[in-house]
Amino acid sequence: MTDWPQIRTVGLSGILVTFAAAMNEPANRAALALRAAIDTQDWPEVTETSTSLVSTFLAVDLATTPVEAMEERLEDILKSRDWLAAPLPQGRTLWHVPTLYGTDLAPQLEEAAQVAGVDPDAAIKELSTSRVRVLTIGFAPGQPYMGELSETWNIPRQTGLTKSVPPGALIIAIKQLIIFTNAAPTGWRHIGQTAFKNFRPDQPNPFSLSPGDELVFPSIDRATFDKLGASDTNGGASSEVLT
Amino acid sequence: MTAHLTISQAGPAMSLQDLGRPGYRAQGLTIGGAADTTAIHEGAALLGQSTSHAAIEMAGQGGSFTASADMRIALTGAEMAASVDGETLVWNASHLLPAGATLQLGGTRNGTYGYLHVGGGFATPTVMGSRASHLAGGIGGLLNAGDILPIGPDKGTEVAVTLPKGDRFGGGKLRFVASMQTASFSEDSFDRFTQTAFRRDARANRMGIRMDFDGEGFNTAGQLSIVSEVVVPGDIQISGDGAPYVLMFECQTTGGYPRIGSVLPCDLPRAAQAQTGAPLTFEFLEMDAAVAVQNRYLADLKSLKSRVTPLVRDPARIRDLLSYQLISGVVSASTNPFEKGQKP
Repeated sequence: MTDWPQIRTVGLSGILVTFAAAMNEPANRAALALRAAIDTQDWPEVTETSTSLVSTFLAVDLATTPVEAMEERLEDILKSRDWLAAPLPQGRTLWHVPTLYGTDLAPQLEEAAQVAGVDPDAAIKELSTSRVRVLTIGFAPGQPYMGELSETWNIPRQTGLTKSVPPGALIIAIKQLIIFTNAAPTGWRHIGQTAFKNFRPDQPNPFSLSPGDELVFPSIDRATFDKLGASDTNGGASSEVLT
Repeated sequence: MTAHLTISQAGPAMSLQDLGRPGYRAQGLTIGGAADTTAIHEGAALLGQSTSHAAIEMAGQGGSFTASADMRIALTGAEMAASVDGETLVWNASHLLPAGATLQLGGTRNGTYGYLHVGGGFATPTVMGSRASHLAGGIGGLLNAGDILPIGPDKGTEVAVTLPKGDRFGGGKLRFVASMQTASFSEDSFDRFTQTAFRRDARANRMGIRMDFDGEGFNTAGQLSIVSEVVVPGDIQISGDGAPYVLMFECQTTGGYPRIGSVLPCDLPRAAQAQTGAPLTFEFLEMDAAVAVQNRYLADLKSLKSRVTPLVRDPARIRDLLSYQLISGVVSASTNPFEKGQKP
């Protein structure tokens, strides 16, 4: 007997299937796999689908679609397999995104290291070699929530808000990293600066990353960082096909 | 040569908006589009064209616009003082803007967002299928003095028609249904929420509207730590200070604050149009009732075209009365109506 997954309505805008009460790996994979399965079904009532950390959302106009019928169909799909054992999606990419750690461009590296209980050099060494996965895209266009880092980085959000971090900022909290799309306030700590653009609305494919993609943030010095702006690639990033 | 509209003076928050850019939620981009979607439908009905055209959305303050060619315009949303070369224009109506004439739009009187539509629509390039500026998402931007907007070919000819004024201005009742975390709020908190007289806070934009109120906040019982979850326009988010925010079309795609409910899509134009200080209350509806209310609204939108009527002009307000042909269409008792070739 389990309370999960839960099926809930979201206003009159759609239906949400949630696999867990908090972020965990299997629930994240389940959400991605269920979304892929629903996209394959191509139900006419579903206008779009998306995932958050542990949920799959189906956009459905509940004013014109009876919710009970949709819920029944969803329950059938949920019963059809063990979603928590689902593999990662196909078509994933591994990205290397050059990152300047610390300095005045990323002023909270030392503070984050202190909260994590490691010295700044050790922090850079671990962060610049950790491989993280895009758990979900959200909040701002193309903005990735990536994880999970080692338990060392299970650090809380800061109590206050940083008024604004710039686009390309690499920020950290609760074993996760985010590259910011647009300048915005945040409660996470700004530990690195990249020239990577999550969202390029003028490009044929405007969104750089997809859930399931993996990333590494190798450390570069200031002189190298200053030259990134002039490079033709997305902030000097390189990519290779994973699956 | 394409017709165009030149902005010679721009209010502080003018942008091109249509019904938004659906389909990109998975990639972190919400639908965006006009804050008052009803106004987009009214503009389309007044000009007898598709609802897919973009209009200029003006928050609080209008501007001055000069036409390069004769063009049809329609004015919807919050009423603004409107004139063409000094002659007053009726709001919620369509008009002819002659070549070289300048349209002046002042401050909003009874709401927050006024809209200027043109026959043929604005022919700016689309970005990912829409002309709407998504200010929070970094698509497009505000319109400025000096901007020149191209106009698409206009298949229509009708002007001087009007629609009944909507009742969505000045605040009022916002109806809502339960959402993901409604059950996390205590019965007392929920009841107090539906009984509180709110005021639209000055902190409001295209992303969301803060509700000002007296008394304590509406926090969930205990310190709720919810996982960051999908957000939809209409969601009533209770922020850290206990104040409700009604999230609008340019909100983020996900959020970590609990939602006490979700405002019906049909009442979002009322939320958008409430001016700072306007009274607002929240009324809870069960799903069945909400579905009925929303469907009535959708049917009303469909029937807008049938409610368009000719504009009855008040002769006392027409400055150049003598230049108008006033007897056109009047049946004469002395002429033979079957005689061909008669000039009107």
